[in-house]
Amino acid sequence: MKNSWDKLIQGIREKDIRAMARLITRVENREDGWKTAMTEIYPLTGKARVFGITGSPGAGKSTLTCEIARELADRGHTVGIIAVDPSSPFSGGALLGDRLRMQQIFTIKEIYIRSMATRGMLGGLCQAARDVIRIMDAFGKDVILIETVGVGQDEIEIVKTADRVMVVCIPGMGDGIQAIKAGVMEIADLYVINKADKPGADEVEADIQAMLSLSSDLECVAPPVLQTSALKKQGILELVSALLENPADTKKQKVKEEIRIKEEILSLMEREVFRQVRSVWENEGSLLDSVSQVMQKTSDPYTIVKQMLLNHKHR
Amino acid sequence: MNQKRKIRVLVAKPGLDGHERGAHVVAYGLRDAGFEVIYTGLRQTTEQIVNAAIQEDVDVIGLSILSGAHVSLTRKVLDELKNQKAEDIMVIVGGIVPSEDIRDLKEMGVREVFTAGTPISAISDFIESAIPAD
Ligand SMILES: Nc1nc2c(ncn2[C@@H]2O[C@H](COP(=O)(O)OP(=O)(O)OP(=O)(O)O)[C@@H](O)[C@H]2O)c(=O)[nH]1
Ligand SMILES: [Mg+2]
Repeated sequence: MKNSWDKLIQGIREKDIRAMARLITRVENREDGWKTAMTEIYPLTGKARVFGITGSPGAGKSTLTCEIARELADRGHTVGIIAVDPSSPFSGGALLGDRLRMQQIFTIKEIYIRSMATRGMLGGLCQAARDVIRIMDAFGKDVILIETVGVGQDEIEIVKTADRVMVVCIPGMGDGIQAIKAGVMEIADLYVINKADKPGADEVEADIQAMLSLSSDLECVAPPVLQTSALKKQGILELVSALLENPADTKKQKVKEEIRIKEEILSLMEREVFRQVRSVWENEGSLLDSVSQVMQKTSDPYTIVKQMLLNHKHR
Repeated sequence: MNQKRKIRVLVAKPGLDGHERGAHVVAYGLRDAGFEVIYTGLRQTTEQIVNAAIQEDVDVIGLSILSGAHVSLTRKVLDELKNQKAEDIMVIVGGIVPSEDIRDLKEMGVREVFTAGTPISAISDFIESAIPAD
């Protein structure tokens, strides 16, 4: 094979960008050998800090990500960006347009940007995102930004793979924070009101503060709320400093990490068990038999699954 | 788990012309044909295009050029690809291109040229046949 896994992994050790890009493609495509490759990459990881950026469509996440990355590079960091956009459920294709707002940083050599489609991989997306983060980490990127639009459960799950999550809100949506789906606000470690060059930012800030004062228990530190204008490059320095600040609550971080590791093990296990069971069923043809049994009304899906699991156990 | 490999295409507009419509139509059309399309917008420098193509590990770069400067702009992109040892990335060109320039472009290494009005299916069929399925 032209680009063997070993060669690509050697490539990322040598900071070869093409090797990293190719490695990401092959892992994302789940080509044979990807898990072994990730096993080899894993010991090279653990140094990067990962920040999730989410919020409603058009809130300025990409423009903001661009400015954050530029500021980080100015401060001597090397940055990886993962910009996630949805795949079309009809064609399986995707239009990945986040780069459009990041043009000015394409040629900054400390910054690597990768667009990623959701590919309808229920749950699998999170694992793919974790893998891409690790490859960038192994390459030596010390800050990784992952942008996803905060609309679906999947997207929320992805940003949870980050160490810290920032939720981007904007003024002028009438009901301020209501515009953001339930489930998104809860994961914020930091709130950003972008487009603060427009009227209404203070109102949104007041809404968020009010919400926080209602919900937060007194023990934890309330997440910071910041105003920015990515367009006018205002508030970026403060935002980057807040992001880089060490989390106040290390105990909470540890709990979060435990949950993350557990979730990753379970999700890898789930897919692996499913894959193995399914391949046995398919190879033996019993899956097709079962389908026809249900069609002929001699059995039902519940019974079939129960029997199949029993058979599998006794193998 | 032999998921079919996704073909990734960068749609880029080098040069100074501000006509984005054609590039938009192609980008959406290729998405609907099942490709992952990375769209980077207007007025891209050669370096921006090539860096984006490498970082995104695309299989194809589609240059949309309506400025009349297609030969020189394309040559710059091909040179920069060589410069960065990425000349294996396939380049196709779309736009208003006179036939004598089509020949020149192909001699330079452009794999195919699609003149304005080409149906998207012709472009997607071409890409699918030109990229090895692995
Ligand atoms: N006025 C103003 N406009 C902004 C600001 N930041 C971004 N925009 C504009 O908002 C629009 C959307 O910006 P993007 O950065 O693409 O937003 P996004 O959240 O990444 O969008 P999706 O990825 O499509 O969800 C663009 O037209 C930006 O120029 C800002 O601070 N102020
Ligand atoms: Mg975006």
